[in-house]
Amino acid sequence: MIDALLRSLIDGLLLGFVYGIAAMGLTLIWGVMNVINLSHGSLIALGMFSVYYLFIGLGIHPYVALVLTAFIGLIFGIIIYFIAVHRVINAPELSTLLATYAVNMMILGVGTAVFTTTPRNIPLELGSIQFGSTVITTTRLIAALVATLVAVGLFLFLKYSRPGRYIRAVTDNRDAAEIVGVPSAQVLALTFGLGTLLAAISGGLIATFFPFTILAGESYELKSFVIGVLGGLGNPVGSLFGGLILGVIEGLVPMAMPTTWTPVLEFVLFVLILLVKPNGLFGGEE
Amino acid sequence: MSEKLRQHASLWLSLAVVLIIGLWPIATGDALDRETAFTVLSAIALASSLNILLGYTGYVSFGHVVFFGFGGYVGFYTINALGWSLWLALLAGGLSAGLLAYLLGVGILRLRGAYFALATIGINEAVRAFINNFRPFGGPTGMTLNFSVYKAYGGAMHALELVFYIMVALTLLVTLISYWVRTSKFGLGLLAIREDEDAAEVMGVVTPVAKNWAFVLSAIVPGMVGALYFFKNGTIEPGLAFPLHTSIEMIVMIMLGGQGTVLGPIVGAGGYEMLRDYLLVSPLFKNLQLAISGVLLLLIVLFIPRGLVGWLRQRYAKVRRWLI
Amino acid sequence: MRRKLYLLLGLLLVASMVLAACGSKSSSSSGATSGNAKTVTVTIGFTQSKTGKYNEESTRQSDGLDLWIKQVNDKGGIKLGDGTVVKFKTVSYDDESSGDKVQQLYTRLITQDKADFLISPYSSGLTASAAIISEQYGKIMMATGAASDSIFSKGYERVYQLYTPASHYLTGAVDLLKSLDPNVKKVAFVYENSKFSTAVVKAAKEYAAQQGYNVVMFEGYDKGTTDFGAFINKIQDSGAEAVMGGGHFQDGSTLARQLYEKKLDIKYLALLVAPPDPSFGDLGDAALGVVGPSQWEASANYSPESAKAAGLTWFGPTSADFVKAYKAAYNEDPDYHSAGGYAAGLVLQKAIEDAGSIDAAKVKAALDKMDILTFFGHIKFNTTDAHGLQIGHSMIYIQWQKKDGKLVKEVVWPKEGATAAPLYPLKH
Repeated sequence: MIDALLRSLIDGLLLGFVYGIAAMGLTLIWGVMNVINLSHGSLIALGMFSVYYLFIGLGIHPYVALVLTAFIGLIFGIIIYFIAVHRVINAPELSTLLATYAVNMMILGVGTAVFTTTPRNIPLELGSIQFGSTVITTTRLIAALVATLVAVGLFLFLKYSRPGRYIRAVTDNRDAAEIVGVPSAQVLALTFGLGTLLAAISGGLIATFFPFTILAGESYELKSFVIGVLGGLGNPVGSLFGGLILGVIEGLVPMAMPTTWTPVLEFVLFVLILLVKPNGLFGGEE
Repeated sequence: MSEKLRQHASLWLSLAVVLIIGLWPIATGDALDRETAFTVLSAIALASSLNILLGYTGYVSFGHVVFFGFGGYVGFYTINALGWSLWLALLAGGLSAGLLAYLLGVGILRLRGAYFALATIGINEAVRAFINNFRPFGGPTGMTLNFSVYKAYGGAMHALELVFYIMVALTLLVTLISYWVRTSKFGLGLLAIREDEDAAEVMGVVTPVAKNWAFVLSAIVPGMVGALYFFKNGTIEPGLAFPLHTSIEMIVMIMLGGQGTVLGPIVGAGGYEMLRDYLLVSPLFKNLQLAISGVLLLLIVLFIPRGLVGWLRQRYAKVRRWLI
Repeated sequence: MRRKLYLLLGLLLVASMVLAACGSKSSSSSGATSGNAKTVTVTIGFTQSKTGKYNEESTRQSDGLDLWIKQVNDKGGIKLGDGTVVKFKTVSYDDESSGDKVQQLYTRLITQDKADFLISPYSSGLTASAAIISEQYGKIMMATGAASDSIFSKGYERVYQLYTPASHYLTGAVDLLKSLDPNVKKVAFVYENSKFSTAVVKAAKEYAAQQGYNVVMFEGYDKGTTDFGAFINKIQDSGAEAVMGGGHFQDGSTLARQLYEKKLDIKYLALLVAPPDPSFGDLGDAALGVVGPSQWEASANYSPESAKAAGLTWFGPTSADFVKAYKAAYNEDPDYHSAGGYAAGLVLQKAIEDAGSIDAAKVKAALDKMDILTFFGHIKFNTTDAHGLQIGHSMIYIQWQKKDGKLVKEVVWPKEGATAAPLYPLKH
């Protein structure tokens, strides 16, 4: 039994890192610009297809393709910002919710026409590593490592780079930042780009071990919401911990009850935290 | 135009639109027209209901389909397992959805803006996941009606016609409710909440109570539509009952026509469904249906956030008096 | 500038409504006289999962059906007793493997395309939805690729099942395991939460318990599951020596792949639907040794002779002829979904010939009386308590084995039809 718990814990934690960076993208955008990005899931799915086609079509190794995918995600996010979000950035929440959802519909619509909804697999066989009774699939181990690197990279970027400092300044007070000369439109666009980059990377990583379709993003988007609320919306570092918590829940809950109860627990927890501690488990009082 | 007619012009116009859609398949006698009209009417009923909360009160529910699904499940269960008639099942579906809204409202209507929207998504997913595990409702494989159930209504063909008439009646009902709320004192309180909740409270609106009743009112008819829809459908499953995208389509319809108006959701839902129906079978656009809807939505959000009716009101001062 | 945009949007809205209102309504009616012999074109309607998770199985199913139509029409159609010649054409839509489209599309097939007969979509879930519509409008539907028993306990009168029902899918896999290793006692069932797989494992669990097995785990996973980690940990924790279950192609092959990656120490793995599909072999070593129930295999030895021995009427081509024609048409081997699609047409053809008419009531009477042997197997329908349920047909079991370094599918059960000895135990 202890063995089984340990195995489930490791499985859960490894996935948790990847879910964590997906949620980080969502919560970064929320924190900086107060926008809940409802196209997040479809952007995750596009990350999956990007890695898939770079590998299948051009023969680029998935982990190299991931770097390209990140770059594509950044550019794509900036474009989306200027087309769909910029005009309504100061409008009531409903406008940005619907604008990003409209983007979501376009991606899913075109994606369904182009890729169909037939599940895909990236045929990447890296085997497994065995420690005692615990077997770890190599692709998942690498994914967790990459996710950690990306999270650390984002942290350093926000802390030490000039654009990163701008982003933090806009988060704290957009008006004040504009007065001291921070180019707020560019900063917001960059933030949306970074959020999309994180979504694309997490999608690319997930695609190396799970089958996917263009519609697969929805479930990861919902997970990102749960994680974002666990770690505090607007708190990117909290998201990583939120991701680990979700991973542990998904690993351990099935050992105690039928696995299909896991989402019930997750979403009830989600609503409860929204009601009781809307700033997340690690957030302060409002 | 006599003064009285003009005073209620919006209501007459709304009822007329619904009636024309309802009478059209009866006139043509074509089963396909009836199916299309059924879809359009149910969209109108759902969108008009949500408009009470979203348009009048300003609370954006992204998971409103939960009431359609929950009412559908309860209604289906009463027919399938308890042997109730369709009439009682409709009542059960509506009441259970209203009750669910009341209980949820006590908790989540404290949240504002995007937090409320997120909570409604969470609730839809939680209810879906719960019913997926709930054995009496058939769990993940759901329930299927025994075909002999339709015999009580004069056979399947007659049952289909009856279902359609009920749908017309429900849509008329929701139009009346919507108009009543919009023009009543209760509705005035809701509009005040939409503009500024704290100010409304100061002005003497008991906001928690008003919000909660708006939430309940917006949930009852979707519950009845759910019960009716799944009786016609003959089978129910968690995946069919709680599709998140239907929630968002309801919002799109309201935006298209104009939130906060009586006629807006009717025009919006009708237009959206007819457009979709056309795109769905046109070989060129079949796969791009969703993408085109997305483009349309984005254009509306960016350029005419008030929707068609709202835009008319803004553009022509003359119509503002009677077009709501 | 902005005013123009408003105008444009308004126009767009109005235009879309007008377009929708006068949306094209084509109607296709049957019947055309040429010379003295009357030729009737019968419309067969169905939906196909051109996209989505059932794409793999559904495509083969409709390929099979298309082949039958082509063959019948090329031979000049069916000649009825009164000299009428019946030809066939199909109308089909993409249901995207999703239940919320199926009812709408079948209604359209009946009301707009005026389909005379219907073929079911692929999968029990979609068929259950479609059956309600076909029954509401009084159409005959041949259900292929839909094995669930429960569809036939809902009081339908015009739905006819080609496949061996779900309750018989894995019982043979239990028998096979028993014959291989009497020492194995612990069995785990892990299955998709769909109508079909739930029906299969419920029956199999009961049967396994009767046979003295200890069912140590019995748990379903949701449709669309991609991560089987928790299930694999639970299987390992339960100490199961044999695992049975699965659902459809996509989830079944993912489960097999992840079980292999996790090097789970089990001796026997039997999964639904996925293994008999030729694409399952693409999994490589993860496919090796996996057992699967099949409705039909190319090596099935039904023949006019065996029909005579069993006292049944033989109808249609032999397996060899079917395989040859299928390969010529699609350049790949048929699997049981292909054969099921072809057989659906074949049985309908036989019923129309027997009835001497395309009148629905007469064809229904002929289907009720049907008792024939075809290349697909024995076909006979229940006409009492579960009208339309298949009671003639039986299952066979295949296993992926290595032959000269290549993965091949072999029939391993029942013994009489086996093409190779079973590989045991499973080596992960």
